[in-house]
Amino acid sequence: MDFLTLIQVLDSTVRLSIPLLLACLAGLFSERAGIFDIGLEGKMLMAAFFSAAVAAVTGSVWLGLLAGIAASLVMSALHGIASITFRGNQLISGVAINFLASGLTVLIAQNWFQQGGRTPSLFGGGRFTGIDLPFAGVMESVPVVGPVYSELLSGHSVLVYLAFATVPATWWILFRTRFGLRLRAVGENPAAVDTAGISVVRLRFAAVAICGILCGIAGAYLATALQAGFVKEMTAGRGFIALAALIFAKWRPWQAMWACLLFGLLQAIALRFQNIDVGLFVIPVQVMEALPYILTVVILAGFVGKAIPPRAGGQPYVKER
Amino acid sequence: MTLMKSLMGAAAAVALSSGAALADPALIFDLGGKFDKSFNEAAHNGASRWAEETGGTYREIEMQSEAQREQALRRFAEAGSNPVITMGFGMADPLSTVAPDYPDTKFVVIDVTWLDAPNLRQVGFAEHEGSYLVGMMAAMASKSGTVGFVGGMDVPLIRHFGCGYAQGVMAVNPDATVIANMTGTTPAAWNDPVKGSELTKAQISQGADVVYAAAGGTGVGVLQTAADEGILSIGVDSNQNHLHPGKVLTSMLKRVDVAVYEAMKAGTEVETGVVVMGLAEEGVGYALDDNNASLVTAEMQAAVDAARAQIIAGELKVESYYENDSCPVLSF
Repeated sequence: MDFLTLIQVLDSTVRLSIPLLLACLAGLFSERAGIFDIGLEGKMLMAAFFSAAVAAVTGSVWLGLLAGIAASLVMSALHGIASITFRGNQLISGVAINFLASGLTVLIAQNWFQQGGRTPSLFGGGRFTGIDLPFAGVMESVPVVGPVYSELLSGHSVLVYLAFATVPATWWILFRTRFGLRLRAVGENPAAVDTAGISVVRLRFAAVAICGILCGIAGAYLATALQAGFVKEMTAGRGFIALAALIFAKWRPWQAMWACLLFGLLQAIALRFQNIDVGLFVIPVQVMEALPYILTVVILAGFVGKAIPPRAGGQPYVKER
Repeated sequence: MTLMKSLMGAAAAVALSSGAALADPALIFDLGGKFDKSFNEAAHNGASRWAEETGGTYREIEMQSEAQREQALRRFAEAGSNPVITMGFGMADPLSTVAPDYPDTKFVVIDVTWLDAPNLRQVGFAEHEGSYLVGMMAAMASKSGTVGFVGGMDVPLIRHFGCGYAQGVMAVNPDATVIANMTGTTPAAWNDPVKGSELTKAQISQGADVVYAAAGGTGVGVLQTAADEGILSIGVDSNQNHLHPGKVLTSMLKRVDVAVYEAMKAGTEVETGVVVMGLAEEGVGYALDDNNASLVTAEMQAAVDAARAQIIAGELKVESYYENDSCPVLSF
């Protein structure tokens, strides 16, 4: 594999790992606050559909992005009400959101556009186009740094740079602000937070809302930047891979970024090299596609240290009388 | 009382038999949906044309999963639909089980030619011949000498497409490189434009400047990416030149719409047996319209038309993947 191929595979990795990264960070906020969120897939799908639909109708991709975020927020509000207010089972609520999104998007799409469950193709202002970093064209001829700068770093859409910026922002919010401390505390010991006089319900809803916003951006990226329109089931299990990445990263932001990049790399390799010849035998492409899940099971089995979830995760909080 | 009974009985018999004579056709789409812009949509177009021209109605269903195939066949046959037109090679096994159970119902299947039943009409297409022609055009239009092929589900039918394409490319430029990738091995591969898009980008990075998509709904992503990256693409099944005017070199037409239209028009009297529609029967071909007129030079057209005449006359033989389960010029 020569250098240029490596750059192209890494470029593909970046593109493919962004929805995973955003969904993973969304799950991070939610799960650190004690609300397990399996509905990442459904939220992304809803966001993908509404962002593509509004972008197609209005011709503006930024309005589409807002619409996608709004749709995702509605879904996470549903999840929040079911888990926090009504103290329901969070896993069931998440699964229900996945089913709801899966069916509702196709139904609304067919009713609205009559194109069999997809939105019309986006073009022009209805898509996020690549942004060329300054001097990208000039730098291209520079020996090693050139292609890295002009192909790998430059030319991505604005959401990619936003997603990478979200990682240090998440770290800073969670570990360096009062709000983040309280959020993490609510996931470990909500009774202590309640004793301190802070509303557990409000914090958890805030976490769920942040989860909704990030999932919304992930879905909008899929439909308006990576592709030019919504197709049914376009998330194709990315929400679950993001969940696996979250567990693989042991619920930490920087590790989450590396986990998502790793899983994105595996997807990119699976696409680029369909059958890898290792001399003795040929590795079929399905091994690469299954590897993210295998790695997660390895992590959970404890081979790479312990993966401890937030202690109060999955348990609804009941105020003591 | 007895007179009444026999009159009622006769009336009922007349009603039933007239119901059978006025049976509506039924159309079962393959996985990938009715609006995949290629294979299934062609069938939809043929059926709609029949419905508009004759004012008839037809029943239809889109497959959501493999398990539904046999169930859908039985439901339509039980309801009295005749003929029952089905799409795709996935129908071969269910049909071999269901067709004998309903000897009065005529079944039509597209892309299957190896079954044996008295009430079955099997329509196959010589996709390798049409793909040969578009392969020639791809090689003539390519400046880098490298062309790409993105298949949908990795099945012999799609390899059949790819093999014909590669032979056409080699006929024009024996030193050309053909990069072939398959989207997946499950029916989900017919509806994954993101993956099709990434495969196209990978092929472009290897130097391909013409990409042929034989992947149903996934092909939409392939064509989109090709248009974005500024290379030429070739559509399949339906005329896809209009999707990106000026960027789609041509489309390999598979006249599934003609097959469905003829079957519906013939109605219950449709001829059974195996029919293979090739270049001679206008079952396959390449699309030429305003959208790609500027891309197809007169030289290209002359070469392709000459090859077409040679294939029809039998002078030029395009190897079929089915013969040896392998392709002489392309390895998958």
